[in-house]
Amino acid sequence: MKNFGYAINSDRQIDYDSNDHRVARYLAEHEPSFMVCFACGTCSATCSAGLFTDLSLREMIGNIKRGEISKIKSEAEKCMLCGKCQLACPRGVNTRNVILTIQRALVKYNL
Amino acid sequence: MTFDFFVLPFFLGLITLLVILAVKYSRWIREFDPADKALIKKNIFTTKSLRAAGEVFMESLLHRKMFRKNALLGYMHMSFAMGWFLLIVCGNLESRIYSKVHLNPPYYPIFLKFFVHDHRVLAHELLSIPGVFRVLMDAILLMILSGLALALFKRASSRWFGMRKASKHSLYDRIAITTLWLIFPLRLLAESFTAATYEGGSFLTNSFGSFLGSFLPAETLAYPAWWAYSLALGGFFVSLPYSRFMHIPTEIMLIFFRHYGVKPSLHFNHYSNFEIQSCPKCGVCIDACPVHTDANRDGIPPAYFLRSLRDRQPMPSSTFDCLLCGRCESYCPVGININAMRLSQRVEFSAHLNGSFRYLNGATARPASVAYFAGCMTHLTPSIKKSMIMIFKEGGVEFNFIDEEGSVCCGRPLWMAGKEKQARELMEHNKKLIESTGCTTLVLSCPICLKVFREEYGMKMEILHHSQFILRMIDQGKLRLSKHGLRVAFHDPCELGRGSGIYEEPRKVIRNFAELVAAGEERNMSVCCGGSLGSTGIDAERRDGVSHQALETLMQNRPDAIVTACPLCKKTLQKDSPVVVSDISELTVLALETKKIEAAATMN
Repeated sequence: MKNFGYAINSDRQIDYDSNDHRVARYLAEHEPSFMVCFACGTCSATCSAGLFTDLSLREMIGNIKRGEISKIKSEAEKCMLCGKCQLACPRGVNTRNVILTIQRALVKYNL
Repeated sequence: MTFDFFVLPFFLGLITLLVILAVKYSRWIREFDPADKALIKKNIFTTKSLRAAGEVFMESLLHRKMFRKNALLGYMHMSFAMGWFLLIVCGNLESRIYSKVHLNPPYYPIFLKFFVHDHRVLAHELLSIPGVFRVLMDAILLMILSGLALALFKRASSRWFGMRKASKHSLYDRIAITTLWLIFPLRLLAESFTAATYEGGSFLTNSFGSFLGSFLPAETLAYPAWWAYSLALGGFFVSLPYSRFMHIPTEIMLIFFRHYGVKPSLHFNHYSNFEIQSCPKCGVCIDACPVHTDANRDGIPPAYFLRSLRDRQPMPSSTFDCLLCGRCESYCPVGININAMRLSQRVEFSAHLNGSFRYLNGATARPASVAYFAGCMTHLTPSIKKSMIMIFKEGGVEFNFIDEEGSVCCGRPLWMAGKEKQARELMEHNKKLIESTGCTTLVLSCPICLKVFREEYGMKMEILHHSQFILRMIDQGKLRLSKHGLRVAFHDPCELGRGSGIYEEPRKVIRNFAELVAAGEERNMSVCCGGSLGSTGIDAERRDGVSHQALETLMQNRPDAIVTACPLCKKTLQKDSPVVVSDISELTVLALETKKIEAAATMN
C-alpha cells in the first residue's frame, strides 16, 4: 500500500482519575513552591543539563501535576543541581529542592 | 582520720565518670580510619603534643577566643575552668603539705578542710606555706563564685555578654548545670561552717563562717553541708557524659587529634563523635547564623544541630536548610568543623537518591597554557565572562575558554546536597575536559567551582580565581589601570573567603582603581549574600532576609558601589541593592587605560 505519510496518533486524553498523583501530593507537602510555577519555561531555557539532553523542568512539573509520572524518574536523574533555573525563575520556585523532593518521592513510593 | 562515708557520692561519681569516658573514647578511637590511627601514632611523641597542650591551656582553661568575643563572657568561662583547675592543683599541693604523704586518696584534697582543721591563722603565719595556701584557696573559690554570679546574671540578660540569644537546654543539661552551680556555693558553706567551728579558713570562709555562726548552729550544720557538697559533685560527674558538659574532656581530646592532623571525612565516622561532643552549646553561633537571625528559621545554628546529632535524631530541615556559609565556624570558640558535620548528614539523607549523567560524552578541548572555565553562574551573568575575555586579550594571554558554549556543572552543588557519587561523575567529566587542554593554569570566575576544583579534583595544574589572576597580571605590568574615583565596599563571597581563604587578592586589585571603604562585617565575618547553593531547603523569601542583612552591612559606610568576586553573589545582591553591584572583573575593565582611550575616541 502506498505510504501517504499519515499515521494514527496515540490517545492524548488525560484521565485524571486513573493517573498517579502521589508525587504531586508529596511535592505539595514538602516543596509547595512548585505550585506557583506558571510554566514559562525559563528554567528549561537556562538549564545546564538541557544543553546535552532533553531535560525540561517545565515539562516535568506539568507531567507531575497531571499525574503522568512514568518518565519522571529518568528525567529527574539528569539534573546537575547547578541552580541556574532557581536564579532565573521569575516565580521564586525553589527548583533545586523540587528536583530533590521528586527524587525522594520516587524512592518513597518505589517508582 | 582520712575517711568518712560522705566522700562516697563524690568518689563513686568520679569513678563512674572515668569508666564511662574510658569506654566511650576507646570505642571511638578503635573505630577510627586506619589512616587517622597512623597519623596519631606517628605524631603522638612529637612537639605536636606540646603544641596541643599549649592550645588546651589557652582555649580550654583561659578561654582566649571567648575573651575576644566578649570580656565578660570570657571571664565567666575562665573563672569556672581555670578556677576549678587551680582549685584541684592547689588543693593537691596543700593536701601534700598537710599529710606529708605523696599518694592520697583522690577525695582527700577535695575535702581537706573536713579532715584537717587547723587553728585560726595568725597574722605572721600568713607568710608560711600553709597560710599562703589557705588564702590562695579562698581567693580561687571567690573567683569561681564570681563566675557563677555572672552565669546567673547572664541567664537574665545575655545582652551584656555580647549575645542576643542564648541556647535552650535539654533535661540532662539542666540536671548537670544545676549540680554544677550548686557545687561551689555548697563548698563555700561546708568550709565556712567548719571554719566557724574550728576557727580555720581565711578571708572568705573564715569571715563568712563567723557571720553564719552568729545566727546558725555551725557545728551541727557542717557535716550535712559536706554531704551536700559531695552529692553535688557526684551528681555532676554522673550527668556529665550525657550533657553538654561532655565537651570539657572531649574538647581536650579533639585539640590533640587536630594537632596530629586528623580531619573529618565526608562521611560521618567515629572521629565525628569527638567533633559533635566537643560542642559546649555556648550559643555563640546562634547570633552568627544568618538563617537563624535573618531568615527566622529555627534549629539551624550548630548549637542545636550538633545536639540533634548527639541525640541521633538529625532533622532533614536543619540538615538541608543551612546555607553552608561557614560563618558559625568563624565564630565557634572550639573550632568545630560544622560544615563537615552538616555535609556528612546530607550524605546519609541522600545516599539512596539516584542520578546519572550517562548523556555526557567525553569532550576534549583545544590545547592552551591557560584555560578559562566560567562555570554555570558566570553564564548567568554574561558581563563577567565578557570582562574576563577582554582582560585576557588586553594582557596578551593565550587562553582557551573551555566552556564557552555552556558548562557542565563543577559538581559542588551536588556535593553540597550530599550526592557524592553523582558529583564525582561530573568531576570526572570536567577533569578530562580540562586536562585535555594540557594547561598549566586554570582560571575560574566562580568561587563555588574554585573550592571543589581545588579540594576534590586532584588536578596538577595551578588553579586560580580570576581575582588572583587579575592581580598577577597587574603585578606583571600587563594591565595598565587608572583610578575611576569610586568608593566601593567589597563583599567577601563565602566560598572564596571562608571557603578558600582568599581575602587579600581581591582587595589589592580593587585598590588599583577604586577607594575601598569598610563594610560592617568583613573577611571571615562576612554575611552570606543569601544566594548560596549550600541550602536546598530555604525558600526565596527567607533568602531575601539574608540578602537584606548582607546589604545593610555592606552599605554601612555608604559606598558608591558594591564589588564582589562571585557571579552568584552579584546576581543575588543586585536584586535589592540601592547601589550598583559589580564583579571585580567588570570594574577592572572599566579602569583599563586603553578602554578609556577607545571611549574618548568614540565620543569625539
